[in-house]
Amino acid sequence: MEFLQPADLREVLETKAAHPEAVPIFGGTDVMVDLNFDRERPGAVLDLTRVPEIREWSRKDRRLRVGAGVTYTRAITELGGLLPGLAMASRTVGSPQIRNRGTIGGNLGSASPAGDALPPLYASDAGIEVASVRGVRMVPVEEFITGPRTNALRPDELITAFMIPEARGPQQYAKIGPRNAMVIAVCSLGLALHPESRAVGACIGSAGPTPIRPHEAEGFIEGVIEEHGLWESRSEIPASALERFGALVAEAAKPIDDVRGTASYRRHAVGVLARRTLTWAWDEYRRDAG
Amino acid sequence: MTQAPIRERAVTPDGIGESVGRPDGVPKVKGEFEYSSDLHVDGMLWGATLRSPHPHASIHSIDTSETGTMTGVFAVLTHEDVPGRKVYGMEIPDQPVLAWEKVRYQGEAVALVAADHPETARRALEKIRVDYEVLDPVTDAEAAMAEDAPRLHLSGNVLRRVDVGHGDPGATAEVVVEGEYEVGMQDQAFLGPESGLAIPHGEGGVDLYISTQWLHVDQDQVAESLGLPPEMVRLTLSGVGGAFGGREDLSMQIHACMLALHTSRPVKMVYGREESFYGHVHRHPAKMRYEHGATRDGQLVYVRANLLFDGGAYASSSNAVCLNAATFACGPYDVPNAQIESHMLYTNNPPCGAMRGFGAVQVCFAHEAQMDKLAEKLGMDSVEIRMKNAIEPGMKFPFGQEVPYPAPVREILERVRAMPLPQERESMGRDLRELPGGVSNTTHGEGVRRGVGYAVGFKNIGFSAGFDDYSTARVSLSVEDGKPVARVLTAAAEVGQGLVMVQAQIARTELGVENVVVETADTRIGSAGSTSASRQTYVTGAAVKEACEKVRERVFDLAREEFGESDGLAIEDGNVVSDGLVVAPLAEVLGDAEISETVEFHHRATHPLDENGQGDAHLQFAFAAHRAVVEVDTELGLARVVEVATAQDVGKIINPLALEGQIEGGIAQGLGLALMEEIQIDDGRIQNASFTDYLIPTILDMPPVKIEILELADPEAPYGLKGVGEPPTIASTPAIVAALRDATDRDLARIPVRPEHIVGLEVKP
Repeated sequence: MEFLQPADLREVLETKAAHPEAVPIFGGTDVMVDLNFDRERPGAVLDLTRVPEIREWSRKDRRLRVGAGVTYTRAITELGGLLPGLAMASRTVGSPQIRNRGTIGGNLGSASPAGDALPPLYASDAGIEVASVRGVRMVPVEEFITGPRTNALRPDELITAFMIPEARGPQQYAKIGPRNAMVIAVCSLGLALHPESRAVGACIGSAGPTPIRPHEAEGFIEGVIEEHGLWESRSEIPASALERFGALVAEAAKPIDDVRGTASYRRHAVGVLARRTLTWAWDEYRRDAG
Repeated sequence: MTQAPIRERAVTPDGIGESVGRPDGVPKVKGEFEYSSDLHVDGMLWGATLRSPHPHASIHSIDTSETGTMTGVFAVLTHEDVPGRKVYGMEIPDQPVLAWEKVRYQGEAVALVAADHPETARRALEKIRVDYEVLDPVTDAEAAMAEDAPRLHLSGNVLRRVDVGHGDPGATAEVVVEGEYEVGMQDQAFLGPESGLAIPHGEGGVDLYISTQWLHVDQDQVAESLGLPPEMVRLTLSGVGGAFGGREDLSMQIHACMLALHTSRPVKMVYGREESFYGHVHRHPAKMRYEHGATRDGQLVYVRANLLFDGGAYASSSNAVCLNAATFACGPYDVPNAQIESHMLYTNNPPCGAMRGFGAVQVCFAHEAQMDKLAEKLGMDSVEIRMKNAIEPGMKFPFGQEVPYPAPVREILERVRAMPLPQERESMGRDLRELPGGVSNTTHGEGVRRGVGYAVGFKNIGFSAGFDDYSTARVSLSVEDGKPVARVLTAAAEVGQGLVMVQAQIARTELGVENVVVETADTRIGSAGSTSASRQTYVTGAAVKEACEKVRERVFDLAREEFGESDGLAIEDGNVVSDGLVVAPLAEVLGDAEISETVEFHHRATHPLDENGQGDAHLQFAFAAHRAVVEVDTELGLARVVEVATAQDVGKIINPLALEGQIEGGIAQGLGLALMEEIQIDDGRIQNASFTDYLIPTILDMPPVKIEILELADPEAPYGLKGVGEPPTIASTPAIVAALRDATDRDLARIPVRPEHIVGLEVKP
């Protein structure tokens, strides 16, 4: 197996163009498992850790460009204030050792529906920066993840970063696992309030072939909030509307039975999580007024 | 975290009763300890195993021709290359060393390769062509009982049946409760994978460095299959990374030795994590139907139980598990009439065998659920009903054995009940780590309800039913660098439980010396028996103690010869004393002499059960009671165990810290079975052969443990001690499930309890 280790972005893209079969590696928390379990025997591995554009994040006009190699630990410690939903999701990933190594770009590359970082990206309409020697393109995350373990990456392309607006309102992430730490999501929910655009973003994790935006539920709750002038009054969302929101989210899920949980439980649980996370986010929004 | 009211009563420094630390503790924490997977010798080859992808298939042919020509491959072996007996097994030799004609479970070993690199070995395995004809697997114990079920072994599908009949089979009662209970397949989940190093010793035999629970039973089986006399196969214990019963059976022992003898090179084998799930036996899944009859005031009248265990493809220790379950099926209660049927079936599921608790775990889950059901029906307190029916010394167990002293069932129940409950706190606004779901942020207090549950259980210590259970110890005493040093050699396997400390503590106490060397266990000495059944501190402890006593007598003989003193001789602080006055320093008494004594300790004979399931089958009984406090998110079905309180009779505390470790570890394993640990099988295939999906509790799942220890001496046992390893695992599971029921009002008749069961969604088929 060849180990390719380019030093900068240009070189890395050229290498990928020359070796489209090379498997990119940053933290290795997915790639090394595949190698160790003998699921993959790639001819070459392409190390991305030396490329600053992939490693770093920056902030401009209240938008963030976050390099694909930013680890979960850094998302918690450095981005917790700007992207609280992503930080909460990152806190639920694996163990401290995994969070120190694993990257958000890895979640995008693996495209597992259980990737914890994905729902927060969906809930805030993140764009994925994809680069090759042919240039850079921006793909909305919802289009980037195309199916279970598949994404829109072409053979010569690499995920270099994602672009996301910094939080303008409360965000939440909640995840179900049969134990209280170090667990792959049975199902999860990411939620973000966007008061400036008067929008509610939600995303179901691990209860479908890809993360799922429950558009009908989002539209419903945005309608309720508008109708009652709640963005301005910051009054409580009626309990019946919270229930209905949960039910619509549950309906939007496309879960299956597998070793980690049953379809019916997943559908039930994402509904509960949707109601709870919206309640928590809205309570925070109401408190922020004071 | 832990309240530790365990008393320390030192007599000799670092002797019996003291919290002597693990000699391998610091190296293990620092990653410097050499486990069997770390063994290395120059020029060694790597062995690898080809396993059946099918749970049930006929083998028409095995073609290894492509492999033989690969560079770096030194051997490719099949069943034809097994030099001796082609099957092995501890109780019934029914498992092929390498499969021929048939495979009976997914993962069964079919062929072996030795290569100069593990990757080369793995690639060579891919070149072996096995022509399988896939057969329908028998994947359920009930299906295996059917008349028209395929016969998996010549003896049929019934591996063992034990019936216990006691009192009036037609007894009737005023109050009756029934229940059906199910236990999933738990795994020992030891962290050190199966591994070892086999080195040909040049005289036709082989040296095997191995992690195991019982060197001599390995030696006998390896030698038999290699066609060698036992003394040509020498075993040395290597660093063992946990066992819990999963290392009683052979894994790669014969295979590595075959490859080493075939290539005349050292051969190392290490299973990967996934392979390890196929490489050892698991805890038997069980389906249990119970009926309890009682008087209106809660006195038990009868227990009827039908127990059905899935033994998997091969016998392993299923025989003994079946008997254990039958004898413990009623719990530690006075049951005047009992009818117990315990069935053990062969299936095409993974073989099941020994795991901590050994048949007592499954039935305890059921009998304790039944006791709660009965209490509820009668409107009685769940502890009261247990105390009312608690068994006492002098009574008879349903299997006819008299209950020996001590059997403090009532007392341990009183003790756990008397311990203060953790304070109930407002659930809203807590740190996430103190809520069900933990940092996964699933509740901020919504839907959280608390529950409290009690359970009591017991377990036999030592091997039972007529087995000649013994241990051999050699203790030597001599002067090294001017100081008296005792050396202890046994073949007893230290698997992490702390026997190395116990052996040294006994020698210090008995010989009054500071310096004790516990030598690496090997087969230079006779068998110590298995590190299982919570028996080593008792049986090997007794052997070491007796050897020390003999050595001590010889020291006194020397002292009498040299100094003529004869009254009240003792060894204290490195001196031989007479009636408390120093005769001479021990080193001076010893001089150049080396005193060495070897002792074989056999415990009191036990007896097999007769056709009615009656007999003095067990040596010693150990009891523990548990109280669990849980908090459940009733809407999401997630649980957090808040606290477990336990009271256990240990007879005599040998090492308080190690005892605490056994109790907490046993509870963790019990918690795992209650809430998450299950090998999921679909059509004979394991679905979760990894620690990603076979979940064991983390530190965030494990609650603080309150411990109360009773020291009621067993008059037959060394120092009065009782085995301590298994009791913590037995009643902790039903206590936790009882607490979940208390919080949710659901039946929860299957473990591990899954979130969908707690919220009442339909149960997965």
